[in-house]
Amino acid sequence: MTDSAHHHVDVKQFHPRAREAIGNPKIRQNFRRAMDGLMAKRKSAFEGWDLETLRELGANIRLRALANLPDLLEQLEQKLTDNGIKVHWAVDGDEACRIIRDICVARDAKSVIKGKSMVSEEMELNHYLSGEGIEALESDLGEYIVQLADETPSHIIMPAIHKNTGEISELMHDKTGTDLSNDVEYLTASARQQLREKFMNADVGVSGVNFAVAETGTLCLVENEGNGRMTTTVPPCHIAVTGIEKVVPSLEDVSALLALLTRSATGQHITTYFNMISGPRKPEELDGPEEVHLVLVDNGRATIYQDDELLDTLRCIRCGACMNHCPVYTRVGGHAYGTTYPGPIGKILMPHMVGLDEGRHLPTASSLCGACGEVCPVKIPIPDLLVRLRQESVDGDKLHPARVRGHGAKRSSLEAMIWKGWSWMHSNAGVYRFGTGLATRFRMLQPGKAGAWTDYRTAPKLASKTLHERMKERKQ
Amino acid sequence: MSSRNTILQRLRNRSGGTLSAPECDFSVLKRPDWSTAERLDRFEQMIESVHGEVHRCTEDSWVDRLAEVLTTRGARNLLIPKEHSIGLRLRTEAQREDLPNLLIYDEPIESWQSVLFNDVDASITSTRGGIAETGSLILWPTPDEPRLMSLVAPIHIAVLRADELYTTLHDAMRAQNWASGMPTNALLISGPSKTADIEQTLAYGVHGPKELIVLVIE
Repeated sequence: MTDSAHHHVDVKQFHPRAREAIGNPKIRQNFRRAMDGLMAKRKSAFEGWDLETLRELGANIRLRALANLPDLLEQLEQKLTDNGIKVHWAVDGDEACRIIRDICVARDAKSVIKGKSMVSEEMELNHYLSGEGIEALESDLGEYIVQLADETPSHIIMPAIHKNTGEISELMHDKTGTDLSNDVEYLTASARQQLREKFMNADVGVSGVNFAVAETGTLCLVENEGNGRMTTTVPPCHIAVTGIEKVVPSLEDVSALLALLTRSATGQHITTYFNMISGPRKPEELDGPEEVHLVLVDNGRATIYQDDELLDTLRCIRCGACMNHCPVYTRVGGHAYGTTYPGPIGKILMPHMVGLDEGRHLPTASSLCGACGEVCPVKIPIPDLLVRLRQESVDGDKLHPARVRGHGAKRSSLEAMIWKGWSWMHSNAGVYRFGTGLATRFRMLQPGKAGAWTDYRTAPKLASKTLHERMKERKQ
Repeated sequence: MSSRNTILQRLRNRSGGTLSAPECDFSVLKRPDWSTAERLDRFEQMIESVHGEVHRCTEDSWVDRLAEVLTTRGARNLLIPKEHSIGLRLRTEAQREDLPNLLIYDEPIESWQSVLFNDVDASITSTRGGIAETGSLILWPTPDEPRLMSLVAPIHIAVLRADELYTTLHDAMRAQNWASGMPTNALLISGPSKTADIEQTLAYGVHGPKELIVLVIE
């Protein structure tokens, strides 16, 4: 379980992986059922709420935080430092990994227990630590299962959603000696047993952060299992790791974002635990970590921050509602993307992290149906951002010069020429009439096959007369 | 340049110019003005919907109810606070036959971790109030009631005063003025520990308590 599998996944191979996933009825069934359930639960959790106004508030809170981002980060650092929490800054994932390693080495730590953290997936922390001789064990049940299988999460909230009970039972049997059983309670209880030992013996706990509050210097964690509380309470040292965009000005902001987050994610009014950490153990306290660290990770976020439109990507509170409602995600599952963050949010976030050359297929893996933008609790215009990234991948247009790394990777001079011709034809009435007239006269020459387009569709047929001709006939 | 300054400088010298911050109107979070009874009803309904239990008691009757709860579950012991009135009251009644062995968390965790993790059946803590809308308990662990008291034992019993129920989280944090300073750890607890990570099937007690029992003092 030491080698992080996604280290070797080629993001460019989206199409073959998607085809394979679509051909796998088990995967389709697992995702379809789970996503249907999540959509229904979200809907009922927001009953009686003025959801549009609440989303507006969520969006404004995130926009306000982003507008003051550098000031808030400095305020957060000051408050946390006053509270006794040590703050570290990392420009990329590698630096963040090194910071965490150095903290471990200074404490002579050999074992790390982890709560759920997508940023740590982003920086491939487990892989890095194992290379340094430090064992990192996931403690969220879904992450634990995924780690046993040497896989990566297929959903940001429910990492093991691609597996059914039988598969999980076999996996736990093979890897941990648990008896084979379809009883979920039994499987859960044996995981509890195994992980309790690990919590007691771990030297360091690593967790993510849902919200970092600048006014009080508080790190907030949202969870149901209690593994997050264990991770941040039992080991003598707690290291929290988070993206720089997670900071909000005040606790009041958190009350609104929390209401949106849990309902959007799993349809819960609130999660079992909402854990607010503002400092290490005080001398008179009897438990809690003696050392608490926060690692603030940039990893491309400051670049996204430069552009007025792309900036909206950073509003995300990682609820996963966009993937739950995405017709593409539901059909291909989380692994087909080959990225840390799958689904719509992954499609607008990952190109910044891996570059548009690597991630060229991501913005096109969408029907632009708009469901993701409609359910987003902070109103990220995901479909607009997908279109923007599509433009970037062919090197932008006159309005938007491309700025994302790897831009222009999909540019083809033939395609560019065709569109130039198209544009010329449509802005010259005579040419247009001549062209459409020609097309209708010679419509029998129209090919029946048009590449991938006609693999699953019949080709549209040209009419015998142009629209202009028909209108003229009507008038007579 | 340090990574800190590199990051902050890039954010400050934003190529798109400075951003304007929109106004935030929190009035959408406002719920109707529920009476204490309505708040309690809602709280009870929410806790029960997530597999928790609510027992309505009085200042006189809660120890009896606690004894009942523990007896039916066969709890061998109960972890109590040392200084809080809950602990003091229980210690005066320690001789009762229907109460299990009372334990006190008065040493650093390092000295008795394996006992806490393996041998404690139940714990009882106070709360700083509750939230009706979501069915949540507010806990601010103290040296007298450390963090792990509400997390490790299979049964967690929390004592809530009905008149300390707030309607929403927003109301509670404002009324208690959380912004003026937070403890090292503060918690909202809204049910027993649970997971749905195996095929979306709910299972309780995955890491924390399997049961959450709230004794409400009216």
